[in-house]
Order: sequence, then structure tokens, then C-alpha cells
Amino acid sequence: MTNSIGDIHLADVLLVTGSNTTEAHPVISLEMKKAVRQRGAQLILIDPREIELADFAAIHLRPRSGTDIALLNAMVHVIIAEGLAKKEFIAARTENFDALAEAVKDCTPQWAEDITGIPAGMLIEAAQVYGRAGSAAIFWAMGITQSTHGTDNVQALANLALLTGNFGRPGTGVNPLRGQNNVQGACDMGGLPNVLTAYQSVTDEAIRTKFETAWGSSVKIPAKPGLTVTELMNGALHGTLKALYVMGENPFLSDPNMNHVEAALRAIEFLVVQDIFLNETAQLADVVLPAVSFAEKEGTFTNTERRIQLVRPALPIIGEARRDLDIICDLGKRLSRSNGSASSDVIHTVTDWNYTGASAVWDEIAILTPTMSGITYGRLERGGIQWPCPTPEHPGTPIMHKEKFTRGLGRFTPLIFREPAENPDDEYPFVLNTGRVLQHWHGGTMSRRSIGLNWVVPEGEIQINTDDGQGLDIATGDLIRVSSRRGEATGKARLTDKLPRGMVFMNFHFAEIPANALTNDAVDPVAKIPEYKVAAVRIERV
Amino acid sequence: MIKPDRIVATTCPYCGVGCNLHLHIKDDLVYKVTSPFDSPSNHGNLCVKGRFGYDFIHSKDRLTQPLMRQGERLVPAKWDEAMGHVADRLLEIREKYGPDSIGFLVSAKCTNEENYLMQKVARGLIGTNNIDHCARL
Repeated sequence: MTNSIGDIHLADVLLVTGSNTTEAHPVISLEMKKAVRQRGAQLILIDPREIELADFAAIHLRPRSGTDIALLNAMVHVIIAEGLAKKEFIAARTENFDALAEAVKDCTPQWAEDITGIPAGMLIEAAQVYGRAGSAAIFWAMGITQSTHGTDNVQALANLALLTGNFGRPGTGVNPLRGQNNVQGACDMGGLPNVLTAYQSVTDEAIRTKFETAWGSSVKIPAKPGLTVTELMNGALHGTLKALYVMGENPFLSDPNMNHVEAALRAIEFLVVQDIFLNETAQLADVVLPAVSFAEKEGTFTNTERRIQLVRPALPIIGEARRDLDIICDLGKRLSRSNGSASSDVIHTVTDWNYTGASAVWDEIAILTPTMSGITYGRLERGGIQWPCPTPEHPGTPIMHKEKFTRGLGRFTPLIFREPAENPDDEYPFVLNTGRVLQHWHGGTMSRRSIGLNWVVPEGEIQINTDDGQGLDIATGDLIRVSSRRGEATGKARLTDKLPRGMVFMNFHFAEIPANALTNDAVDPVAKIPEYKVAAVRIERV
Repeated sequence: MIKPDRIVATTCPYCGVGCNLHLHIKDDLVYKVTSPFDSPSNHGNLCVKGRFGYDFIHSKDRLTQPLMRQGERLVPAKWDEAMGHVADRLLEIREKYGPDSIGFLVSAKCTNEENYLMQKVARGLIGTNNIDHCARL
């Protein structure tokens, strides 16, 4: 998020798209509801489903799945045409406006209505409300990014915020709501194939040298970015990836096109899984290393607003399990011994894998990461800190891009509407959408083992529109089979008016009704994110 | 009323909101979870998972010893044996097929420090940038 959870209630207008906030980020949805009910903020909701936030929305746009760019380009078109663009902000802080204006010249509300199914009048109203706001904040989640044009979608949202000067002030900004508790941190820490900590690029020689020197590396960090999850799985299938080490993930259940992933995991010559449960991926492993839960370890998580917060050990370790940090250090020691790395050449003192604890690891991160250099465990003991925080005196950064953007000027990106990779057709006439429910989490490893949560929602279901169900002689509770070009899943149907006609909705928490047996592994060309939110399926009674 | 042996302040393991938690512990069991009202991200609010979703910590399914594959089965092993095998096999595979034949999936559920160290192993000891996690998923 460019802004903070704490300033959501200061926005005049909230634009929420591709986020079922009440179920996926419940506590943030409370702040949104507070803004609407207590301060009279206007909520523009963009979502094909009638989710709970629809009850709070001033305007609810329900586009056909995967047509985000047509909708957002039309909003830009209206804002420019009606003179609502903030000319001073555009002149002082942005570039490439002319190219944007040219690109949306023909993106009229009527054109967008034909593509998205949203009445032109509603589109115009939404653009006016957003464009006239004193402060407007945009929020999104995987409904925007899990698309073959996810990067375009995010850039389209940034275009809207740039066009209206909604950056660098309370109650504004572009705010992705990150899914997992530490997905922000895993990215920040270089858990990505192209960057080291805080997005320092592996292609930059000076950066590589800095890390190699500090680490006393006996091997060179390659200049070429590595493979993403989906590419790793393809590599396994094609025999180029021989070994995979998985820490705290279950790709078997969470990756798209499950049959393909299973084949890939089986094809790998050597699979190591470090986890707290024997999940589906671990069952295929050659070695399983028992790790510990968040309650048994020390460290930090970084939340969606870039706030780094302490995780404190509360319980003794169960059985012979080991803390993840100790497992990795053990591996590090064994590998460096075999590599014959000479620790005497090392300028930094903690590169021999004998860290005294998580705070010692953090100190090394802080030295190598300019945007986090001011953060220490001593400071975190007094409360979380939002990066960037470059010096010990720096208070952290609740609002980014106040005076300038990271790259200097904010750049408008002209965007062209493209259809999703797979639209419904005669053979597979429905569109499958996937998401979460409040009571469960991801593959269910944690939530399904919690008695209360499992009591409230004990099983998955397949939601279809009431009229569609009646047309196919399907009633709530009937067993139905959903099939796509990649696989099938069988479960109980639930008929609901909250879905548009032609849509099937499934959560992905239940392995018995695996939504990801059906989803499409076609990816965004830049972000390599699979298109989970649009897959063509058919349904039938079993 | 149960009196806790201790109350530990920590951060929720579920979603990206980062709610602050107080784990109330008696006999090494988390029996209650609350949140302080002055917590910056959640002001004391918690969702149903954040307040009640902790039985998994004490689950009998928890892995308690290393396992190694023997044919179709995974059998218990000693740490030294398991870790030695992992290091040997990774080095063997790197020797035979090169560093990019090895990949690492780090975790959006693990801590910053763990993720940092795992990519350090991959980049600094194995010599590959094949590191990713479920951020895209």
C-alpha cells in the first residue's frame, strides 16, 4: 500500500476492485465501513459478485470477468473529457499524459458498455465521483492481479490516481491488499527470482558485488533472473529442474492447473519440504523437515501497509521439530563447508551461519538494505515501523510518494484492452471465479484444523446463479461436477442471487473440491501471475 | 476464570493486515487470543480466524521428526542424517546439472529473517536465482 490502514477513514471516496475485503481482509473492511457510515465517504465497488461491501457502496459496477481495462480506460476517458483531471499535479509530477489521452480517445462509456456490460451512465457516474473527490483511495487484491493482463490492470488503476492527483496525501493512494501475513516481507526479503532485498536488482553488478562481499560468497550470484513458480513447475516437467526445496508452502494445492503441478512434483528428482504438517506436497517429498509454527519462533512479519512487526516465541517447540531459522543455518553451514568458503575473507562478521538469533539476521538485512537500515529489534520492541526507514532517527513512512515518486515523475501507461486467455464458449459455457471465505485460509492447513472454524464452515461448495441452476434442474445441495479443459471437481451446489448469470464461484480452501484442478495456468506476461479469476467451465449433475 | 501463565504479544499468522495479538497461555496451551486497543493496524479488532483459529498449533498432525523416503514410504530419521542427505544431494545435483537445476520456494507464511536466509542459501551458496513463493498465487 502507498498509504496506511490508519488513513482509510480519511478518504472521501474509496474505490474497491477485485477485493472481497470483508472475507479476505476483514479488519481492513471495518475501516472501509467506518469511512462510509461514520464519515459519509462514497464507496465505488467494482466486482461482478454482489459481495457484502455492495451493501455499503454508492455505486456498484459489475463487469464481465476480465474486462477491467475497458472499464478503467473509460473512466479515464470521462475524467479527461469532463475536465476533472488535475492539471497542476499532472504538469508537476507526471509524464506521458499525452500518450494516455491519445490511447483512451476512443474508449467512450458506450464502447466500454458493449465490452463490460456496465451501463454507460453508471460508468460516467463512477468516473465523476472518483474524479471530483478531494481525496480518493484505490484498493485491490487478487481480482485485479490474477489475470493475464494483471500488470495492465494495476497500471490502469495507477493512471486513475495520477490523473486525479490522488497520491501522497492522507486518504489517497494505490493500495494493494496483500494476501498472506508475510507476502509483503517475502517479496521485500528477495524471495523473488529477479531481486535481492528491497527490490535491489540481480542484474545490477554493483548490487551483486555488495551482497557477495558481505556474504563472503564462494559462488557468484548469477546476473540472470531465475524462474518463477510456474516456470519452475514447467522446468520440472521438462526435466531441467532436478531439485526443489519448498519451505512453508503447498504448491500442490495452491498453484493453478493442479494435475500439471502434481506431474511436475512427481518428476522432480529430489524434493525437500520444510513444513509443520505433512501437506500434499510433503507427501511427495524425498526429505521432510519438521519446522515450527509462528507461536514457537522469533522474527518479523511485514504487513500490507509495509509495517514490520515482531513475532515473539510463546510456546516450547513440539517434539524434535526445529525452528526454520535453525534448519536453514544448519543447511547453510553444511553447504558452505562443502563449498570451502573462506570465512577469513569476509568483511561482515555474521556470515558463518552462526547467528545468535533472529535479531542478528535482521541486523545483516538492515546493513544490506538501505530502505530498512534504520530499523532494529530494539525499535520494533516499541512498535512496528513502516519502511522506507533509512536512518535510526527516521520515524518510518506511513504515506509514500509525498514529494516525488520512487522513479521521479509518475508515468502514465497507455493501455489496450485484451480479452482474457479463455472465455466461455459452447463447450464450456460458464466462467469460473475463485476466492476466499472468511472462516478459512488458503489450502486450509491451519483453518481446517481449528475446530470452531471448521464447525462454522465444514465443507466447500460450488456456487451458481439461481436462474442458471434452475435452468439446469440443479438445486442447492445437489452434487454437481465442474469441468474445465484441465480437470474437474465435484461438490455440492449452492444457488445464489449474488452471482451474475453465467458465473460459477468456488473457494480454494478444500482439497476435496479442488478449484485449482480447473483454473487456467495462463500467466500475465510481466508478473507471471496465473489467471485464476477467469476459466471456462461446464457444470452437470452427478 | 482461567489465569494465564503468560500473555505473549505477537503478530497474526493469517492475512496481510498484520493484526497485533496477545496470546493467553496456560500450561503451554493458547486458550484465548485478544488484541490491544492501541494496535496501529487493527485497533483491537480481530476477525474470526485471528481470534479463534489457533487449534492448528496444538494439532496432533504436527510433524515432530524428520522423514526420509524409503521407496513408497516416508520413515522417521535423525536430523543429522536428513540434513546431511539434503546437503549432499543438492551439491551432487549442482555438480551434475549446474546450479540452475535447483529451485527454492520460500514462504509468505515464514518470517522475514527466514526468507532472507533461504534466498541467501540459494544465491550465495548454490548460485541460483531460482527463488520464488506464492505471491503470484
